[in-house]
Amino acid sequence: MSGNILELTDLTFSYTSRGRTVRALDAVSLFVAAGEAVGLVGESGSGKSTLARVALGLTPAQFARIEAGQIQIDGRDATHYSEDDWSRMRGNPVAIVFQDPLSYLNPVMRVGQQIAESIVRHTPELAVAPRVRELLELVKLPAVCATSYPHELSGGMRQRVLLAIAIACRPKLLIADEPTTALDVTTQAEILGLLAELRRRLDMAMLLISHDLGIVAQACERIYVMYAGRIVEWGSTSAVFETPAHPYARGLLHAANADRDSEGRFVTIPGDPPGVGVAPIGCPFALRCAHAMSDCTKQMPPAVLLDQASGHTVRCWLHRSDGAGGPQG
Amino acid sequence: MTPALLDIVDVSKTFRRTRTEVVQAVRSVSLTISAGETVALIGESGSGKSTLGRMALGLLKPDSGRVLVEGRSLYDLSGADLRSARVAMQPVFQDATAALNPRRTAREHLLQALAVRGAATEDQAAALLESVGLQPGSEYLNRFPHELSGGQRQRLTVARALAPQPRLIIADEPLSGADVSIRGQILNLLLDIKRERGIAYLLITHDISVARAFSDRVAIMRRGEIVEMGPARLVLTQPEHEYTRHLLAAVPALPATRSSIARPGHRCAPGLAR
Amino acid sequence: MRSFWTRFLGNRAGVIAGAYVLALILVMLVVGLVPGPDPNAITPEVMRAPSIEHPLGTDELGRDVLISIAHGIKVSLSVGFAAALGATAIGILVGSMAGFFGGAIDLIFMRVSEIFQVVPSFILAAVIVALSGPGLLQVVVVISLLAWPQVARLMRGEVMRVKQLEFVDAVRCLGVRETAILTGEVIPNALAPSVAAGTLVVAQAILLEAALSFFGLSSVDIVSWGRMLNSGQRFLFNAWWLSVFPGAAIFLTVLAFNLLGDALGSALNPRTPSGK
Repeated sequence: MSGNILELTDLTFSYTSRGRTVRALDAVSLFVAAGEAVGLVGESGSGKSTLARVALGLTPAQFARIEAGQIQIDGRDATHYSEDDWSRMRGNPVAIVFQDPLSYLNPVMRVGQQIAESIVRHTPELAVAPRVRELLELVKLPAVCATSYPHELSGGMRQRVLLAIAIACRPKLLIADEPTTALDVTTQAEILGLLAELRRRLDMAMLLISHDLGIVAQACERIYVMYAGRIVEWGSTSAVFETPAHPYARGLLHAANADRDSEGRFVTIPGDPPGVGVAPIGCPFALRCAHAMSDCTKQMPPAVLLDQASGHTVRCWLHRSDGAGGPQG
Repeated sequence: MTPALLDIVDVSKTFRRTRTEVVQAVRSVSLTISAGETVALIGESGSGKSTLGRMALGLLKPDSGRVLVEGRSLYDLSGADLRSARVAMQPVFQDATAALNPRRTAREHLLQALAVRGAATEDQAAALLESVGLQPGSEYLNRFPHELSGGQRQRLTVARALAPQPRLIIADEPLSGADVSIRGQILNLLLDIKRERGIAYLLITHDISVARAFSDRVAIMRRGEIVEMGPARLVLTQPEHEYTRHLLAAVPALPATRSSIARPGHRCAPGLAR
Repeated sequence: MRSFWTRFLGNRAGVIAGAYVLALILVMLVVGLVPGPDPNAITPEVMRAPSIEHPLGTDELGRDVLISIAHGIKVSLSVGFAAALGATAIGILVGSMAGFFGGAIDLIFMRVSEIFQVVPSFILAAVIVALSGPGLLQVVVVISLLAWPQVARLMRGEVMRVKQLEFVDAVRCLGVRETAILTGEVIPNALAPSVAAGTLVVAQAILLEAALSFFGLSSVDIVSWGRMLNSGQRFLFNAWWLSVFPGAAIFLTVLAFNLLGDALGSALNPRTPSGK
């Protein structure tokens, strides 16, 4: 019984679509301890959004299966939870907000009512109206917003409403799946600031999922880098950003920094991101990797701890536990 | 004195939302682009940058002001004159899927665009595909848009834009739909085109890093007006207007990558320089 | 094209319906080309219940019901297809212009379509027949006039959606004229729902023709399921087969076209997942 709110151990998850079985997550291990902010970075096809949904049992049972591994929520084994069990889990201890607030809010219900729904469900002993006001204040929305409909609010305000609904349950962990992607950069900065403040005031952990390295760098203490359903590098944010070990992580950072080479061309990762469910043998990044070796297409490399203090770990044949290819200054 | 390539003079556009509500999307905006220049138009949603882009492309008539293409007023032309003015500017859109006709093959798209300049041959189409990195060109000719990956679709739209040999490409958020790992590829493509063909760009974007990486001049747009304009390096490092400063401050900063861990003897990228 | 067939064949109901329609067409062709028993032949075997020699029975003039139904296919299908074609053609034309050009054209066309939608179908049919006499052509005209607004509405909506897509603007930037854009870029991409709706018009047409025949407003001298129903209603209690079988034929055929239209609509939509 660790202090981890969320712990995924060697989780392998697949679903069937159009007659094909797609392995969206492959032996994924991840944890979020109480109060900490963890980032999950990946592009399309990486499986990061699937991970968010699997962690809360939001996948349709007939088409989706956990093939192996374990999900632990607040110390309890949630791997084989039924829909009812999940239902009790959602909101508290784990809540979730998604990317596009307009899709997740009922367009014909006033915003205050939607927040009230959450309150009534999780904390029925509380008086609703004062709690709604309290929540709106927490997310820095004027109290009059309670009587507005979602379409009357701006994108940033809607996202705040979603946050209010999420924190109404006093969650220990908030999973935010691309919470600012649909927002302008100035609104994004406000929402990130709000998230930091909420975390502080409510002592809430956060799993921030995004393709935007910048916001993950700003908001998270630790990060995981995902590619094609597998986690390829993880550790403290500073360690991974300052000394990236996996060629994919390096490529992402070059792209995010718009680094150029000596000819003035942008440093890029060749090829395309993997389609969903392409399950190669060995490392899925091998096809696009400048450093691919024969081992890369034969077997998925094991996790190698590079630095004890930061927990910086990588799964790449360039780094072997026997020391061949160790870190270079 | 040769006229500027694109001269937007005091252009305004108002939209009627309801019977009583109007939205002033663009308010008296002036902007000039010279041959071979890259100008980035930076703004957030609601700034009017896309509306301005459409007016520049001849797709939306301004309520007042003029759009001059090589000295000629775009919205006063007709017939062959209009066609030749139109052809000088070509668009690249954000959503590559919506920018391609789902029922036409790559070949048909390119032949249609090439026909504007006269004869259009399959060899020319194949060559165009190869110039945007789709090799071998002949293999891609028969593909439909849904048979291409996202990055390939965007390359096809760039190839189509190049076909009529434009002097200016107006790109509206060309990288926003793309994954981080292929953004660099598309940027390189646009860069190569700029270097090899001397085409000017009007790059409309909300992403400051893209603008910083790619433009000679930038114009910052807010609620229909240009609040600051000048050389890219200057505006983005020493902004004068408060909004620009606010915008730049909101961009999350990445911790600097000190070095990349690599095997002994390996270099992480050929001649990496900042 | 391949994906269209995959999607279509994955829809079991649609495939069965399609097979049924094909079977009908086959029977129609066989009956038309191969000389066989005359459906109008009056025999002494009057009002026989279904038996081995007359599987579906005979009517009050001794005519075999099965043969009559087989010959009736031609009328139903030809009226159905002709009317559907007419309605779809008018609907696509009007709808695409209204949707693309908008403004006054949209206003006028849509108000006109509403007039046609509001007119009670039977009154219109009766009026036209009263003016020009009963006949299949009149029936086809009536149905086309009644059914085109629903196709137009669909087409208009689809055209309005497609014309906003960026590829239309991209072609505009090549200097292509507006009408060429409408015919070359927009309409081909907006057709799918209207084509599916057109199939549904076939079902409507068959029903309406049957109804008109039933009331004696259609052509009298040809074999039609509706006319059979008309004659059979008097004998509903003592010779049920004279109503039940033509009725079943109408029901099954209309159902088949409805399912077919449904399947066609899903198959033409590239977003439908193939297979179940």
